[in-house]
Amino acid sequence: MLDFLKPPVESFQDFIVLSGRAVRNIFRSPHYVNDIFIQMDNIGVGSLPIVMLIGLFSGLIMGQQMARALRAYGAQGQIGPIVSITLIRELGPVLVALLVAGRNASGIASELGSMKVTEQIDAMRALGTDPIQKLVTPRLIATSFTLPLLTVIADFLGLIGGYLIANYEFDIRFSQFWTPAWQILEYNDVVQGLVKPFSFAIIVALVGCFYGMRTSGGTEGVGRATTKAVVVSSIWIFIVTYFIGKIFVNL
Amino acid sequence: MSGESAVLRFDDVSLYFGDTPALVHVSFEMGAGETRVVLGASGSGKTMLLNTALGLVKPDSGRIYLFGQDISGLKESDLFDIRSKVGVLFQEGGLFDSMTIGENVAYPLLNQRALYKDRRQPANGNVEERVREALRFVELEQTLDKVPSELSGGMRRRVGIARAVVTEPPLVLYDSPTAGLDPITANTIIALILKERDSRNTATIMVTHRYQDGHLMANFRYNPNSGQIEAAPRNGGDSRVKTKFFVMNGGRLVFAGTQSELRASQDPYVRKFVK
Repeated sequence: MLDFLKPPVESFQDFIVLSGRAVRNIFRSPHYVNDIFIQMDNIGVGSLPIVMLIGLFSGLIMGQQMARALRAYGAQGQIGPIVSITLIRELGPVLVALLVAGRNASGIASELGSMKVTEQIDAMRALGTDPIQKLVTPRLIATSFTLPLLTVIADFLGLIGGYLIANYEFDIRFSQFWTPAWQILEYNDVVQGLVKPFSFAIIVALVGCFYGMRTSGGTEGVGRATTKAVVVSSIWIFIVTYFIGKIFVNL
Repeated sequence: MSGESAVLRFDDVSLYFGDTPALVHVSFEMGAGETRVVLGASGSGKTMLLNTALGLVKPDSGRIYLFGQDISGLKESDLFDIRSKVGVLFQEGGLFDSMTIGENVAYPLLNQRALYKDRRQPANGNVEERVREALRFVELEQTLDKVPSELSGGMRRRVGIARAVVTEPPLVLYDSPTAGLDPITANTIIALILKERDSRNTATIMVTHRYQDGHLMANFRYNPNSGQIEAAPRNGGDSRVKTKFFVMNGGRLVFAGTQSELRASQDPYVRKFVK
């Protein structure tokens, strides 16, 4: 009767097994340090321009929209703290993670998927390498390291965007924007703003690798794996951000 | 021949994917320097035979002995050492397209821990020299710095052979080495397989759907003096005696025997592979 539950439960179990192995390999040799740096370059440096752009524009847009609402209460001065809290707690981490999910979860899934269907993963095993150690673990480490950094950069550029709007359109001076924007932040907000991208990084890397490694059915299968990786990682980003937010609100 | 001295022994091995049989009660054994030619239609379990022999896929029941060691219950990490004694050519070559040809051929030398003296130093000599030697063997030394996408299908297959034999393994598995190639390139590939087999006395399993490939394996040999492929002597040369044919159908080994037995078979399925 519950047969329809079998495939998703099995997939989830496979996912947990893959995740466990990937994490365990962090502490085991051989370490493929070169692969970690190549992936950091690909995921981190490669995503930098678009992350900067998105960060800046999210600040600009938020400044613009918020200022209009705040004007009704004569509270344009509050624009700094509002942009700062929204970006650092929620919008920065989620936007960057969705972007990296779109860019890299798909990239990872299609790369690993193509390797799977052309027997390169089997070849790797036959030639004495654990594909999880060689392919999954470096991607996991690289993403976990770069996504928080990308988020910090996006947050900062978002604040600059908010300041530009506040200054040019609503005549708010430098210290009027930055001092309250800085002061409103608590330790809790900053920790939350870093725990989230770290968790999202784990989701993006592992979901991308998971769907890549279980690709079957030729090039069509690679396309399917890529789509699934993006959709599933995006969904999990929203679920996880809700729960992390809930934990931190209650703290 | 006892199970211990056999290079590879299958003992009642079965494997299913859901309800689909991939291998059904397969048993055979082969000794050092012997050749097996595996014929069969697509999906008859030929590739799975090779994958289970390498431990890439675990059988549902039965035992597989590789160089006398039971590999059916081994963990992946314990399999790496024994796999270093087996060379394998995958169907499409299985080359890593993110690496150059040189890096591809060097890969087993640099990654198979069983070949290492210590953690940093491959055991047998200079890696670059051995890579060049393996590429020279398949006559592709000039492609060292190219990437696989720059090579033709036949050349990729030859690089795959170089990578399979660079560690000088005593057993080499070839999965459809001639599939999708023109007859001239296909014969070049078979000539290379003969050359590898006869110059190092390597045990060889070749999966194919071309009877002609098997015919060449059984009746021709590489002459190291002339560097040419020549017909094996009529009165039962080495390769003739040591080459056996398998025919697979639906995961079952429906025929095992010499070429003359194969030609004499009355089984309609087996007869389809004799031309």
